[in-house]
Parts: sequence; C-alpha cells; structure tokens
Amino acid sequence: MDINKYMQFIKNAEELQAVRNTLLKSKEYNSEKVFICAGGGCIASGSMKIKDAFVSQLANSKLNETIDIMETGCLGPCAIGPVVVIGKDDTFYQKVRAQDVKDIVEQHLIAGIVVEKLLHPVDEQKISKKSELPFFKNQDKQVLRNCGKINPTKISDYIAAGGYQALSKVLSSMTSEQAVQEVTVSGLRGRGGAGFPTGTKWSFARKSQDKEKYILCNADEGDPGAFMDRSILEGDPHSIIEGMAIGAYAIGSSIGYVYVRAEYPLAIERLQIAIDQAQEFGLIGNNILGTGFNFDLEIRKGSGAFVCGEETALITSIEGNRGEPRPRPPFPAEKGLWNKPTVLNNVETFSNIPLLITKGGAQFAETGTEKSKGTKIFALAGTIKISGLVEVPVGTPLRKLVYDIGGGISTNKKYKAAQIGGPSGGCIPAEHLDVPLDYESLNKLGAIMGSGGLIVMDESSCMVDVARFFLEFVQDESCGKCVPCREGTARMKQIVDRICEGKGEMKDIEELEKLAATVTNASLCGLGQTAPNPVLSTLRHFREEYIEHIRDKKCRTAVCKELIVFEILNVCNGCQACKKVCPVEAIHGEKKQHHIINTDLCIRCGLCLSTCKFDAIVKY
Amino acid sequence: MAKVEKCSCGNDEEGLLDRLEEIIISFKDKPGALIPVLQATQSLFGYIPQEAILKISEILNEPLQKVYGVITFYSFFSLKPRGKFLIRVCLGTACYVQGANEILTALKQQLSIEIGETSPDKLFTLDVGRCFGACGLAPIIMVNDDVHQWVKPTDVKKIISSYKKQKEVKQEEEKNGY
Repeated sequence: MDINKYMQFIKNAEELQAVRNTLLKSKEYNSEKVFICAGGGCIASGSMKIKDAFVSQLANSKLNETIDIMETGCLGPCAIGPVVVIGKDDTFYQKVRAQDVKDIVEQHLIAGIVVEKLLHPVDEQKISKKSELPFFKNQDKQVLRNCGKINPTKISDYIAAGGYQALSKVLSSMTSEQAVQEVTVSGLRGRGGAGFPTGTKWSFARKSQDKEKYILCNADEGDPGAFMDRSILEGDPHSIIEGMAIGAYAIGSSIGYVYVRAEYPLAIERLQIAIDQAQEFGLIGNNILGTGFNFDLEIRKGSGAFVCGEETALITSIEGNRGEPRPRPPFPAEKGLWNKPTVLNNVETFSNIPLLITKGGAQFAETGTEKSKGTKIFALAGTIKISGLVEVPVGTPLRKLVYDIGGGISTNKKYKAAQIGGPSGGCIPAEHLDVPLDYESLNKLGAIMGSGGLIVMDESSCMVDVARFFLEFVQDESCGKCVPCREGTARMKQIVDRICEGKGEMKDIEELEKLAATVTNASLCGLGQTAPNPVLSTLRHFREEYIEHIRDKKCRTAVCKELIVFEILNVCNGCQACKKVCPVEAIHGEKKQHHIINTDLCIRCGLCLSTCKFDAIVKY
Repeated sequence: MAKVEKCSCGNDEEGLLDRLEEIIISFKDKPGALIPVLQATQSLFGYIPQEAILKISEILNEPLQKVYGVITFYSFFSLKPRGKFLIRVCLGTACYVQGANEILTALKQQLSIEIGETSPDKLFTLDVGRCFGACGLAPIIMVNDDVHQWVKPTDVKKIISSYKKQKEVKQEEEKNGY
C-alpha cells in the first residue's frame, strides 16, 4: 500500500500540516503493520527474502489488504537479524528465516499465538514485547526515533511522523539569529568526534557578510567500528536533509553538499531518493514553503580515503583535489569550500537539529550531563552478545551499554577492554567500566567519545597487537602531507612491530612515548594529532603486557605469532595427521608414537592445531 | 549525477571512450568536477585507462599531473584493470579482533594472489577495506556490493566457487540468447 498518493507539492506551512493530517487519518496509515528491518545488517542476513515470504504468505491468507509490510531502517540489534516486529502487539522476532514466515502469519497474525521459537531469550526467559527487552528498554531513542518505524524511501512516512515540521517552524517563525540561538541553548556538541559546540560554529558562519556560504554534511564515516551515520542515512535520511536545511537558513546559505563515503552504496541510494522526493514536494529547492528561502542539496561521493573525514580534507576533496588537509586557521566557518564561509557537521549532529527545534533548546538540554547534552548513538561490536546500534543519554555508564543493553560478553571469557573512538581513541579497561560516556570523562581516561564506535574485546585480545593494528591503520591512511604524521607513525609502528616479534627492548616504551608526544604536537590535522592515542592508552592501562612482550618474550593471549609456542601433549596417539599438513616439516615422530614440534623450524601457521582431532596440540 | 552502466562486453573501449567524452562534457562547468568524472570513468571501464586520463585532462583543462595525483590518492581508483569480482576483506577493528586476518590469508591461498592483484582468469581482484560499517556482523568480506557476514576461513572456498558459478550461469544465458 502506498501512502505517497496523498502527497502533493507543498506550498506553505498550512499545507504541510494539512498533508500530515490527511496521512494520519488515511486507511493505510492506520492499518495493521509488520515491520521488517531493511538496515544494511539485516539485508545482509537475508531480510529481503523474509519480505518476499511475507508478501506471498499474506496474499495466500488474503491478509494483504489489511496488513501492511513496512521495510524500515535499522532497528538496532544487527547480530540477531533479520528481525521482524509485529505492530499490533509489539512482538519482536529474531533470526527469522523465510521458512518461519508461514508460522508467523498462520500462528500469530491469524490465530493470535506468539511463535515462541523466534523470540529473543533473556536469561532463559522468553520476552515477546520489543519494549520490554533489555536491549530496547535501556535505550533512549531520540535521534533514531524513526529508524525502525518508517520506510526511509517514503517521504510521506517521514511527514506523518512529524517530519519537516521543525523546518516549517524555523522558516515561518524564527530569524536566523533565533535559530542559531536555539542550537546554542541546546548545548548540542558535534557528534563527529571533537565535540565542538554546534551553535558556536553556526554563529561564526552566520556573522560573515559573504553572500555565498555553504553547508556540508560529513557522511564520510571512516572510523572502523562506527556505523551510526550509515544507519541514519539508510534509515531516516530526511532527518539529515531537514537538519541541513535548517542549518542553511540559520547561517544564510543556499547550497549544501553531503559527502558520503563510497563504501556505503545503500546509504547513497536512499539519500538520493530522499533528496529527489524532498525536491519533488517542495521541501528543498526554491521558495521553500512559500517563505522565499532557497536551498539545494547534492551528494558528493567519497573515493576511499579515511583522511577525508577531516573537515579541511573533505572540503579539498569536494573541490576536486587530493584530499589533503590544510592548516587551520582560517577555519572553514571563515574560509571553507571555495574559500567561502562553510559549516561542516556530521550526520548525527544534523539529525539532532529537527529534534532540538521541535523540543526547544532548553528542553533538549535536560537530557545528558552538565557539559554534554542530548543522547549519543553508539555502535556496539566485537565480542558482545548483541552487537548493533544503540542510543543512550550522554553520560550513561559504559557498563550499562556492555551488560544491560549488549547482554555482556559473547564468549566464555571475561571483559578485557572496550576500544572507543576508533584510531583517535583509546581502550577502557575493566576497572573503569563505570565511566560515564561523555566527552570529559572519556578524555580523562585517554580515550575520546569519537563518533561512537565501541568495540568490546574479551581476554583473547592482545593489547599490544591492538595498538599495532591502529598504527598500521593510520600509517596506511596518513595522507603524507606533513612529516610528523607520515614518518612519526611509521617509526612508532616499527617499534611496536619489533615488540610484537619479541625483539623489543625496555627503552622502546620510552621511545614510543617520546615519538607520540612529537606526533601529537606537530601534526597538521586531527588524524595525526590523535594517531598516537591507541598506543598511549594501551601503554597507560595495559603497560604490563608491553613489558611481558619485551622482557619475557611472551604474548599472554597467543595472538602475536612470533611469540607463540605450539606443543604436542602426551595424549598424542601418533596418527601423523599433523606431520602430514606441516608445510615446513617441523613435526617429527614415528607412527603411533608421541610427536614433537621443532620450535626453530615452526612457522606458527596453526595448521597442525586445526588438523588434530584429539586436542593433543596446544598453543601458548 | 550521471548514471553510468557497466559495459557488459568489456572489449569495446573505443565505444566507451565516446561515452566518457559525453560524460566529461556534461560535468565540464560544474565546480569540483574531476572526482565525479573519475568515479564515472572507474565504473565505466572498471579501471582508469590512460586514454581516459588524457581525455579528462584535455576537456576539463586540468594538468595531467593533477589528474594522476588525484587518481593515485584515492583507493577506489585503479590504474590497472580489475577482475569481474572485487573481493574486499574488511580489516576494520571489529573484523580484525574477530579474525579477519585469517580470512585474508585463506583468500590469498585460495586465489593464489596477493592484495591488489587480479587472478589470471580476470575473475577476482583481492583488496582490503577499512570498515564497511557492518561491524555487527563481523568478520565480513564484500564481493562487489554483496556483504558476506560471520565469515570463517573455511567458508572462503565456497564463497569463491559461488561467484565462479554465477559467471558460468551468466555466460550460459548469454549463449542461449537470454
């Protein structure tokens, strides 16, 4: 069923309200619904097959006229997808397969009996209602308010949910100064990582007398482990368009660009659909809602360079150049895209804007901590039971995220650390699990809020190896323009490589700290300035692991290959399977005799370990 | 943005160059046109041939040196033809801590190629990526635009052969005139 048929070109605020009222009263809007997650994660897990199965099953049961299938944006719990929610009683089904759909339709939708086998188990209990599941109950979905509830490819869904009302309010009843003021009062800080107050940024650009100004959305979400922007782009793209239009009005701009990374084809597709629809119905373009305000929006695709998430590099890239950062000042608010005043915010920040305008800045500021207002979206991943996307008030303790919402560690090992903030961030050890997730508290621990990627690691992760991983990342992605970043991170990586290979010396730790200080102080842009953070934070919280690698030549997690020892235990029955697969003939022993590994020859490939059927081989 | 369809034949670069010329001209007066034009070129040819670079430089009036500099800066542009299927192993944090390296090793062994190389049958190019934002499903690999989640090193063989089969089915269909 298509509620787009109630849409028309919207000429003013009254018409927007009228369209919304019509939509809310429509038969289609009030019909019974089955929500199927069509977020990137669930699509990869096969949710489109589930949708097809629902279409045919509902048709078979002649329910297709009364029950509507909604393909929604990300519902959050990617790990247990594809997920389906039955609208009438809020039942949440996990890991649905196409063959389960018949049961859902016949048993639940027709006979009214919940399909128990598809419920999400919590402590051996089966909870059917989505709102009662710990994963959802402990969240506060504000920015993600529409994700999972509306179809992102239909502007009518967004309008029915109250969309574009904030834009209408700003255009019809506020001056640009008032709009900036509202954002300032809200205390909203940039969600891209640095946490700069959005209102302050906007007021700099607003004050500029230049006639040409630009508003840019940074959707180049490059931090590994972060996918909140992707989910907003895919699940509620109109909220970004609305936020940008409000921003454009506030600073006096009429052209915007969204810079989306090329790794997100679905996000690009859905955002383009949203932009086209907003244009078609008069919500962007010329003379928006009859107020004389013009705003055009265009997508620019990234081409695979992490550094382009840095604001000046992103601007340089839109201009058609190598995405190398430039020194600040001048800041973009003064001289940005094509040397004109430019405001650049990230996806989540823009998505907050309609919300704070609707609520009013003061009410928005009631959520969060003293210095950090509102909610923050985190992407939970790693060894956690329910990995996925969650939103909580800023200042929520890390423990609540990992245990109450994420369900705890997915393996039988203990929590070791959570890496937060990507390559610019740090690791939070177990003794700091109660740290409130806000900008200041995380900084104190040597981590950063960053864009909100949160990777949980259990005791099988080696923290020196994690530091090496991030150094390799920044080394790879360093643009090479400034020496401290290009050379400094390379030397740091050499040292950490050495330590991981068991060739480190105690003075290497000091050397690392010295280099880190230089790279931090002397690099041109944020990428370089924060690149040493993963090393510094692991040195701070897991120094003993570095020392073990250097002094004892031991990696307690058996991750660092050069330090692993493979040994064949007495239970070996001499079947010779390991001897046959060993590529370097390092295993000796007669048939039916206990075999032995020659450690000098062993290349630690692990083939013997995976081949042995008798658990006779161990590594440590 | 102009939609460029992939050439299904893969041989007629002459025809593609004419098509490219139209695209470049359509972008000519837009500010910052170089990167969208290169993206269109990459998706048209599957790589950026030298003739295309010359044409872009000439029509957009950008020095060759700059065009080349931009191409080599971004990882999505390739100066060498890529295979029909681009396999990218995610080496983002979530995938890395859950064993992405072993998947990469398995792929290298299975395809007998290194990162950045293309298999002799021109079917597969192996590359690595830095997070595709599907961390909830880690570890993942991407084959063109398809996501494969929770991949184990032992799954690699099956994944590769499924794409080989896809190619064969397509060839069969073409032969039968579908």
